[in-house]
Formats: sequence, structure tokens, C-alpha cells
Amino acid sequence: MSASDVLVANHPIEYVYTRSTGPVIGAFMTALRDRRIVGVRASDGRVLVPPAEYDPVTSEDLSEIVEVGDAGEVVTWAWNDTPRKGQPLDRPFAWALVKLDGADTGLLAAVDAGDASAMSTGMRVKARWADNRVGSIRDLVCFDVVSA
Amino acid sequence: MTETAAEAPGDVTIVDTPIHLDFSYTPGVASSRFLRSLEKGEIVGQRCPKCQKVYMPPRGACSMCGVATDEELTLSGKGTVCTFCVTRIPSPGLEAPYVSAWIRLDGADITSMFLIQECDPDEVRLGMRVEAVWVDDADREPNLGSIKYFRPTGEPDADYDTYKDYV
Repeated sequence: MSASDVLVANHPIEYVYTRSTGPVIGAFMTALRDRRIVGVRASDGRVLVPPAEYDPVTSEDLSEIVEVGDAGEVVTWAWNDTPRKGQPLDRPFAWALVKLDGADTGLLAAVDAGDASAMSTGMRVKARWADNRVGSIRDLVCFDVVSA
Repeated sequence: MTETAAEAPGDVTIVDTPIHLDFSYTPGVASSRFLRSLEKGEIVGQRCPKCQKVYMPPRGACSMCGVATDEELTLSGKGTVCTFCVTRIPSPGLEAPYVSAWIRLDGADITSMFLIQECDPDEVRLGMRVEAVWVDDADREPNLGSIKYFRPTGEPDADYDTYKDYV
């Protein structure tokens, strides 16, 4: 039997987790639907974006929701030359940690820069929002370059 | 602006997170030959060179002896009901009641599960002789959907001793 006689079939498996957000992630998702980005204030005063439910140092519950800007600067980035199915963009883009104005941590997101040469640490980027927002991280499509 | 995390009417409290996995499945050489035989309206098994047991579907090796099963043989498509279940709740694509049965094909040493149709569910019994009903030639594919179901042959029931090890 030659190799070409061996059968191969696509076998996709798909299932949906329906998850309860809890109050902190719920506030984050709700804000995204309204084209806003919120974080949470930690015990040391830092604003964590995306918000954490528990303090990274003391492990206490966190509940003080803080709105931050929808623009910020790239802290670090990696170029993705061959996007895969399901990723935010279907053309080459940068994965970046974006520190939004008013935030103290980086949010992992796609930057639609067109080419790696347009990317640099410290560059300004601004959120691009989906037209139809449902309260999902996908409401934040990606970030656009404001100035290099 | 600050606010306290607390749910208000209309807030997002539930999210759906779909998981999608794309597998490329290959059944391997032995099962590919079996599946392609179904497309031709045949059922191919393999015999273990050591214990002589016949595997249907074939897997390319004998799980008891741990040796390759190279010898191939074509089975008749007739068999004996060894165990069965009448389901009285409909399933997707199946109207209730329907009968699923473990059938030992003549010449095979393993049973396989198939549907039994063209008879009253209450008539199905251990030892009943059945035969494969195939999908039309043009519509057969290399999968088990090429066998529509099994139906009674009308032959006398098999001797209990011939299938007692498979009940």
C-alpha cells in the first residue's frame, strides 16, 4: 500500500465554554463593550490592566476599578509574520505589551503596524474598536500606530 | 474615574469562549485498507499469524500477541447477533425505537456494533442471523456509513456455542 492510499480526514472538534466572569473581569468586559478600558488598583497603588481579581502581592480581593486611556505605549513586542487562524489579524502583525495611559502594566494585544520596521519600543498606539461589540476581548480588535 | 467592582443590570456576567481544534486524522495502513474495502462493498479483516484470530476492523497488529497481522481476508457480510439494545428515545438521525447490536461477522473473532433494521425490535434476539445492507454503489464512501444497517437473513438462529464467548 503506497503512502497515498492511506486515508487522511479533517477532524475538527469545537466546543464552547460558558464562563462566569465574576465582578472584576465582568467590569472589564462591560467596559470594552462601551469602548472603554478599565483596570484594577492593587494594594501597592499600581493600576493593573487587564484587571486581576486578586492582589499579586498580598492575594487580597481587588475591587477598585480604574478607567485608563485607550491609547498607550508599546513596552515590548514580537513580530508575527505568519498569523494563524483565529488570531486577531489575518496579515502580519506585532504581538505587543501595551501600557495604556494611566496603567502600570502591559496589556497583550495585536498592533496592526503593517511591517516590523514600523515597530519600536516606546511607540504610541491607540485602540481600534469593533463595530459590533458584545462584551468580549475581541471588542478590542487591535492597536493602530499613532506615531513611531 | 473610579468605581467599585459590582454587577449592575446589563453588565457582562457571562462570556462564551469557543475552543476549536483542527485535527488531521489518519487511520493508518490497515484501517485505510478496511475503509477502502467498504467503498467497494466488501469487509476486509486481518488474521493474526500467531493466535489465528481475525480482526474486523483490522488494526495492523494483534493486541494480544503483539505481532503484525499481514494476512488479509474478505468477510461475507453475514453475522450473528451477540448482544443488543433496544433504545426507545430518539437520537439525532435515528427514530425511536431502534436496535443497536454487537454482531460477530462470520469468520471474525471480534464483534462490532451496527444497527438492525427491517424487523420489529421485539424480534431481535441473541443468535439471530443478520446480513449487511449496503448503501448504493455510487454513494459508498470509505467509512462505515457505507453499511446502512444489518437485517435478518431468515436463516435459523446460530447455535449458542458458536457465539457464547461474545455475549
